Amino acid sequence: MIDTILSNIALIIGTTLMYSTPLIYTSLGGVLSENSGVINIGLEGMMIIGAFAGAAIGYFVGDPWIAFIGAGIVGGLFGLLHAFACVTFGANQVVSGIAINFLGAGIALFLSRMLFEGATMTKSIALDNKMPRPLNGVFHDGSFLNIIFNNQYATVYLAFIMVFLIWFFMYKTKYGLRLRSVGEHPTAADTLGINVIKIRYLAVIMSGVFSGFGGAAMSLAIVSNFRPTLVSGHGFIALAAMIFGKWKPQGALLACLLFGGAQGLAVFLGQFDFEISSQLISMLPYVITIVVLIGFVGKSAAPSADGIPYEREQKN
Amino acid sequence: MKIKFKELRKSIYIFATEKTIGFTLISIFLGLVVGAIFLVAAGFNPFQAYWIMLIGIFSKPSYISYTIIRATPLILTGLSIAFAFKTGLFNIGAEGQFIIGSVAATATGYFLHLPLLIHIPVVIISAVIAAGVWGGIAGYFKAKFGVHEVISTIMLNWIALYFQNFLIYTKGFQKPGGETSYSIQPTANMMILKTWKQSEAGREWLLQHPFWKDLLRTPMNWGFIIAILMAILVWFVLNKTALGYRLRAVGFNKFAAEYGGINVNKNIIISMFIAGALAGLAGALQVVGVSHKVTLIAAMEGYGFDGIAVALIANSNALGCILAGLLFGALKYGGTKIQMFPVKAPSEVISIMIGSIVFFISIPKLIKVILSRKNKKGGTK
Repeated sequence: MIDTILSNIALIIGTTLMYSTPLIYTSLGGVLSENSGVINIGLEGMMIIGAFAGAAIGYFVGDPWIAFIGAGIVGGLFGLLHAFACVTFGANQVVSGIAINFLGAGIALFLSRMLFEGATMTKSIALDNKMPRPLNGVFHDGSFLNIIFNNQYATVYLAFIMVFLIWFFMYKTKYGLRLRSVGEHPTAADTLGINVIKIRYLAVIMSGVFSGFGGAAMSLAIVSNFRPTLVSGHGFIALAAMIFGKWKPQGALLACLLFGGAQGLAVFLGQFDFEISSQLISMLPYVITIVVLIGFVGKSAAPSADGIPYEREQKN
Repeated sequence: MKIKFKELRKSIYIFATEKTIGFTLISIFLGLVVGAIFLVAAGFNPFQAYWIMLIGIFSKPSYISYTIIRATPLILTGLSIAFAFKTGLFNIGAEGQFIIGSVAATATGYFLHLPLLIHIPVVIISAVIAAGVWGGIAGYFKAKFGVHEVISTIMLNWIALYFQNFLIYTKGFQKPGGETSYSIQPTANMMILKTWKQSEAGREWLLQHPFWKDLLRTPMNWGFIIAILMAILVWFVLNKTALGYRLRAVGFNKFAAEYGGINVNKNIIISMFIAGALAGLAGALQVVGVSHKVTLIAAMEGYGFDGIAVALIANSNALGCILAGLLFGALKYGGTKIQMFPVKAPSEVISIMIGSIVFFISIPKLIKVILSRKNKKGGTK
């Protein structure tokens, strides 16, 4: 009896980790961009292009790590595009982000049709070329830890390391302080000799890189190819998780875990032959998120200069 | 002659940088250029592709009709988002409100048995109210608990999607043997001349009038007219009524509005209700005019997200949404034509074009910089 309960709990924890991982990467991307003062609603598009790049490179090259990094670079290029509009040309950041979403989806599908004989679905990566599973077979078969960690891909552990690194960077290093000061009060930061433009560029490019990782964490690990419905809104959920987590990496992590946990619970409940429809169970993660937001999280505040283009006063 | 040329250049510059519409047209042109670049890079002839698109949109009455049918829901979801923008809210939830509207329309269209002229209004009004409440929930959460409308509407979209799928698997609503609902009653069908065009006399008449025959092949319906009327109504409410003034004041500066005695929270809820109602109307018209039922959906269909682009291209202007929606509908319908013989190019180039148009719209400064440089050169000559 206790054994079944334990193994069920392990199962839920396992699926929680699996579902949360892509969201964690992408919401970290959102954290970086928005803390520098640039709203990034284009996370979805960057995630889509990353998922495609990961699957395509993985298929043609075969090495999952090259594919993962390649997905980050391609995502970073989209970040560069967003930065170009928002930082250099003072674009309306929401508008530019929406454009990125259309461009990401459009270019991913366009390229897929060109490279994979007219199909919007890329060919599957060979099983050996997927992300490795570092703890596969380490624990005793059927044990609690084995159920949780046996099938977790390397991307899962890396996501948690990234959260720590970003947290450390933002709150324990001078560069992180600069990043946050640029997002809170760019004029003051500029007066102190901080290069606002450069920091914002880097932050937005990195947000693209992380979103690309998020997409690749889906197409290289959870499944083994790219298809039009793969990302379908997860970028927006990562965006919501970032707002939910109050624009902080550790907060975003918790929000992603909550969402992934609700998803895991839905999967767990889905395996029983309930009277309740599986469609209603699928609503759970979204309902829980709203309930938690209403009940437990107070008003959240974005960095003060989030969304405001920075322009130096003209010297005449 | 030279002076006139200079003046022309100057007036183009003013048109492009100071008039919103001029700037929008230039952005659309640049979007087409980006699309052409992608087509060339992929080895297609962009002129041929665009020509095929143009023919595919305008050369037959039925093509124009299909374009309008595609544009209709986008005009309304665009209006929904534009309205919310004007009142300071970002309605990502048009997607879910559309779903709620179409589900409510299907339910009332199928379960109720009413006379012809009453049934359609009942269906539409109940769908509009249901979707309005769905949008209003997000407004209530924001007003009462400070929940960001972007998060709540994203979550509500998914809840709406699974709700529709849940209903489709519900006995009495599901058409046996399929993953769709039952179709609505004929009395709730808004297709123009639906029974006549299938009747003996109608078929005979149409055989002798090829223009009308081609036109009536399409599920032509009153939806487009309703969408235009709604755009005018929204424009009127926003610009000519006290309610519109209050809503815009809240959007412009909510603290100043509050200081001026406007109940900000109430206006947030009203605004989200209206935005939801507009998106729900899009869903209802889609059901009564085109699809007549709802089907299982695996992922978001994009009516709401496309509506965001429509609102942005229209610069959140209610009447502009009509044109932007038509543009969007034409591109989407035309895009299906280039996928076929003889071009066989990926229709996704349309998303790239739309993304580029929106991208250029986000950076008015870039176009200003490009044009002013040219203008200066022209001046020094």
